[in-house]
Amino acid sequence: MRHGKYPFIIGFLAVPVALYGTFVVAAYVQTFQLSFTSFRGFGAATYVGLDNFVRLWDDSQFWQALRNHAVLLIFLPLITIAIALVFAFLLNVGGGAKGGMQRGVWGSKFYRVVFFFPQLLALALVAVIFGRVYSPDGSGLINGLLNGGDDPILFLADQRWALWSILAVLIWQAVGFYVVLFSAGMGSVPQEIYEAAALDGATRVTLFFRVTIPLLWNTVQVAWVYLGIAAFDAFALVNIMTVDRGGPDGATMVLGMLIYRNIFDYSQYGYASAIGVVLFFLTLTFAALTLRVTRRDTVEM
Amino acid sequence: MTDVASTDTPAGPPVAPAPAAKRGGRPDVKREVGAFTGAAHLALVLWAVATVGPLIWVVLASFKTNTEIFLGQPFALPGSFALDSYATAWNEANVGRYFLNSVFVVLVSTAGTMLFGAMAAYVLARYKFWGNRFIYYLFVSGLAFPTFMALPPLFLILRSMNLLNTFTGLILVYIAYSLPFTVFFLAAFFKTLPREIEEAATVDGASHTRTFFQIMVPMARSGLVSITIFNIVGQWNQYLLPVAIMQGAGADSKWVLTQGIAAISVSAGYQANWAALFAALTMSIIPMIVVYAFFQRQIQAGLTAGAVK
Repeated sequence: MRHGKYPFIIGFLAVPVALYGTFVVAAYVQTFQLSFTSFRGFGAATYVGLDNFVRLWDDSQFWQALRNHAVLLIFLPLITIAIALVFAFLLNVGGGAKGGMQRGVWGSKFYRVVFFFPQLLALALVAVIFGRVYSPDGSGLINGLLNGGDDPILFLADQRWALWSILAVLIWQAVGFYVVLFSAGMGSVPQEIYEAAALDGATRVTLFFRVTIPLLWNTVQVAWVYLGIAAFDAFALVNIMTVDRGGPDGATMVLGMLIYRNIFDYSQYGYASAIGVVLFFLTLTFAALTLRVTRRDTVEM
Repeated sequence: MTDVASTDTPAGPPVAPAPAAKRGGRPDVKREVGAFTGAAHLALVLWAVATVGPLIWVVLASFKTNTEIFLGQPFALPGSFALDSYATAWNEANVGRYFLNSVFVVLVSTAGTMLFGAMAAYVLARYKFWGNRFIYYLFVSGLAFPTFMALPPLFLILRSMNLLNTFTGLILVYIAYSLPFTVFFLAAFFKTLPREIEEAATVDGASHTRTFFQIMVPMARSGLVSITIFNIVGQWNQYLLPVAIMQGAGADSKWVLTQGIAAISVSAGYQANWAALFAALTMSIIPMIVVYAFFQRQIQAGLTAGAVK
C-alpha cells in the first residue's frame, strides 16, 4: 500500500470512534454498572448487589408494563402484517393479468403514496393528533362523528380501552411502511410463477395464500422483528397521550416510561438502569428468537 | 385496436394487440374480477380515508373557534378561514422557533452523521488493519441495544460534560446514535464498489483522502442518498433524546419541534386554545407533505432501505 496508510486510517476513525465511544459505548457499559448501585445522581455510587433486580421483581408497575408489552408484541405485528399483506397484494397482483403482467388494482400508485405518508410523521406528532382524535367530548374526531359528542367513549381514560387505543395508533402509522416493504418483495417475484399459477386456474385468493405469502415469508419475518422491537417502545405515545403517563392505573405503562420516570421524576439512576438491563435482555431474546428463523443470505444491493 | 387505444394508457408500449385478444373470451373470470375488485377497492378506500381523515380534520380545526371545535361535527367547515390561530401558534406558542431549532439541529447532525459515518464505514470496509473487525462489530452491535437502556448514564455523561440543554450536546448525541446503522449500511455499500478505479487513482498518485472524497463518495452516491434521507427523517422525528436532553429552566427556547408540539398540546388544555394547537400541527404536517410530494420515491426507498438489507 501507499505511504501514510495508518495515519489515514486513524484520521478517518478518530472522530466517529470517539463520539461513539463517549456517548454510546460508555453509556451502555455504565448502564450495567449502575444497575448494581443505588446511585441517586450525586455523590458516590454505592453498590447494592442485586437489590434493584429484587425490587423490580416485586414492582407491580414493572409486571404491568411487561403485560402491556406482551399484548403489543402479539397484536401489533399480527394485525399490521395481515393488513399490509392484503393491501400489498391488492396493489401489486390484485388487478389480475394485463398484457402478461400482473397488475395492481386501479389507482394502486395513489394508495401506496397515501398509505405511506404517516410513516413520515414523528410519532410524537401522531400522538398529539390522536390525543385529540380520541378526545372524550364533542371535540374528538371519533366521539364527534359517533354521537356529536354525547355519551362519549372514554378511549384513553377507560382501563379497558386505553392500551388498545394506543395499539390502534401504532397500527395506523405502521401499515403503509409495510405495504411498501411487501410491495418491493412482491415486485421481485418472477412473473412466470404467477403465469403458471394462472394457467392452472388459480383464483386470486389461492394466489395470495399459496404463492405470495410463501415467497414473501422472509420479508414477513423481518417485518415481525421490526414491529416486535416497536412493541417494546411506544414511549412517545404513552408519554404524550395517556392519562397520568402510563395510566389509567398502569393500563398503558411501558418500560420506557418507567425508565424515564425513574430518572427524571425520582432520580433513581440505579433502578432505572436495572429496568434498562431487563429491557435489553428482553429485546435481545425476542430478536434472537425471531432471527433464528429469519436467518438468510446477505442481500446484495 | 380501437379497444386497446381506449382502455390502455396512451403512454403504453406501441405493440399492444396481443393481450387484448387474451382478455377477450373469459366472461367468468371477468365476473370474479368484478366482485373481487369491488371489495378490494372498498377496503383500500376505507384505509385511505382513515389515513387522510385525521389530517384533514386537523387542518379544518385549525381555522375553527373553540365553540366550533366542540360542536361535535368534526368535518363541518369553519365559519371563516382566518389565520389568527396560525399567528398565535407561530408567535406566542413559539412554533416558529421550534421549527427553526429542528432545522438547525437536523442539518448539522445529519451532515455530521454522513461525514463521520461514511469515513468510518469506508475505512472499515476497504482497509485491512489490526482491530478492524473489533471496531466494526463495536459499531454494529449498537443496533442491538435499545436507546432507552442508555438513558440513565447518558444523562449523567452529558451533565458531567456540561452538555445538557445545549444544541452541541443534542447534535453530538444524534450523530453518535445514528452511527451504528449508517456505518453498517455504508460499509456494506462501499464493499460492493470495484477495486480497479481506486487502484487507477493510486497509480495516478492520488492520496487516500483524495481517493475517498473525489472517487469513492461520488461512486457511492445512491447509497449515500438513501441513508441521508433515513437519517434526516429519523433525526427530525426524534422525541426521546431531545426530551431527555433539553430540559430544565430556560430549555424551552431550545426545544425542537416534536417536543415543542407535545408541550403545546399540554398547555392548550390549560388555556383552552385548541385552534392554536391544530394550527401548530398543521404547520408541522404541511412541510412534510410538500417534501413527500417531491421526493416520494426517494423517501420510500430511503426509509425501507434498512429493512430490505
